[in-house]
Amino acid sequence: MIKRSRLRPLRTLGHRVTKRIWRLGAGARFFGLTLISSGESFRRFHLIIREVYFTGVLSLIIILVSAFFVGMVLALQGYNTLQRYGSSEAIGVLVALALVRELGPVVTALLFAGRAGTAITAEIGLMKATEQLSAMEMMAVNPISRVIAPRFWAGVIAMPILATIFSMVGILGGYLVAVPLIGVDAGAFWSQMQANVDWRLDIVNGVIKSLVFGVACTMIALFEGYDAPPTAEGVSSATTRTVVTSSLTVLILDFVLTSFMISV
Amino acid sequence: MERTTIDLWVGIFVALGVAALLGLAMKVGNLTTSKLGPTYTVIANFENIGGLKPRAPVKSAGVVVGRVGKIKFDTETYEAVISLNIDKRYSFPKDTFANIYTAGLLGEQYVGLEVGGDEAKLKNGDKITHTQDAIVLEKMISQFLFNKASENKDDVSSTKASTKSADDGLTANPLDQINNKGKGAAAPK
Repeated sequence: MIKRSRLRPLRTLGHRVTKRIWRLGAGARFFGLTLISSGESFRRFHLIIREVYFTGVLSLIIILVSAFFVGMVLALQGYNTLQRYGSSEAIGVLVALALVRELGPVVTALLFAGRAGTAITAEIGLMKATEQLSAMEMMAVNPISRVIAPRFWAGVIAMPILATIFSMVGILGGYLVAVPLIGVDAGAFWSQMQANVDWRLDIVNGVIKSLVFGVACTMIALFEGYDAPPTAEGVSSATTRTVVTSSLTVLILDFVLTSFMISV
Repeated sequence: MERTTIDLWVGIFVALGVAALLGLAMKVGNLTTSKLGPTYTVIANFENIGGLKPRAPVKSAGVVVGRVGKIKFDTETYEAVISLNIDKRYSFPKDTFANIYTAGLLGEQYVGLEVGGDEAKLKNGDKITHTQDAIVLEKMISQFLFNKASENKDDVSSTKASTKSADDGLTANPLDQINNKGKGAAAPK
């Protein structure tokens, strides 16, 4: 008996690890299932467009405002440091590279997880709790191809667009602070930027990053909603898990992707 | 909400995304400026290329006329072999000098072409024989200190003269290097 109680910590550890791995496997199967049954949602494309409206267009305000302020802060902070070395003209490069390579995709993904991911999880979780998904199955409608797949593809489409808009608006914000407010030369601002930002290595890599983040964030949100216990408490904890897991996944994936992109 | 309104908003959203991407490509990236026309390739050997990278600019009179192509190491002469892709619109005499310069004190390195007086022009696959290596800052400083020390040993009385000759030594050394290199490059061929 004594021996059993002593082994309890080990047993709880084992239970937790198995649970995590089980959920990971379930998530992967769910992902595969979504991909397989997404053919129908492409045939009924208006379903995807509707979801692009809810995840993309409605996130536009938060993306625009935060991008603008992130760009302005970058310019202020960058100028403060760069002018010590007498190279305040490099501010354009600093703002553009920081936004296009890292901040654009990553901050957009984090905001997306908070703004759209939670909405998706709560919606799907409630659909499940109110047995709408089971009702669909009763009517021989596959809930994955009718509900899940359109939301997934909408997220995958919306994320790169949002990230590109974020980068561009951020650069405009940085321009506004650097040129009219601080007084950096406008020609130097743009020309240094153009000389040092590469189309393939910086801009396209940023778009690839945001595409990967779009897949990850949307998939996590959908799976957490689909897997949520059908109670009010279950939906609320699933929503929290969506934000935590997506944020961590985005940051880890960002490191992995960057290490691949830098070494090439 | 009505379907047409949603369609309209999504259309605006996608158009904004495309506009932002175009803006990034044209205004921020170098998609428009990095385009070179058809090029021809010439080869140049250097003993030391410093931090020169592929795709670094090739400039003449400060104007970008081409890009650095491949950088290889020749195991027979132990030199760096660099191919320069030069725009077909620009032709250079056969005795053009290829130098490796640094933009600013610590900036990126580029190849500068200084035009000679030869009638014959460089063609595809030709080799530039007159080259000057990248200046390695540590080497220069150590040379300067070495010269300074040896001067001081010979003549301690006149400090003015010693600094002057040390300066001369500094400016003369790269030229000596070119001369030696010119001979060295000419001898094996």
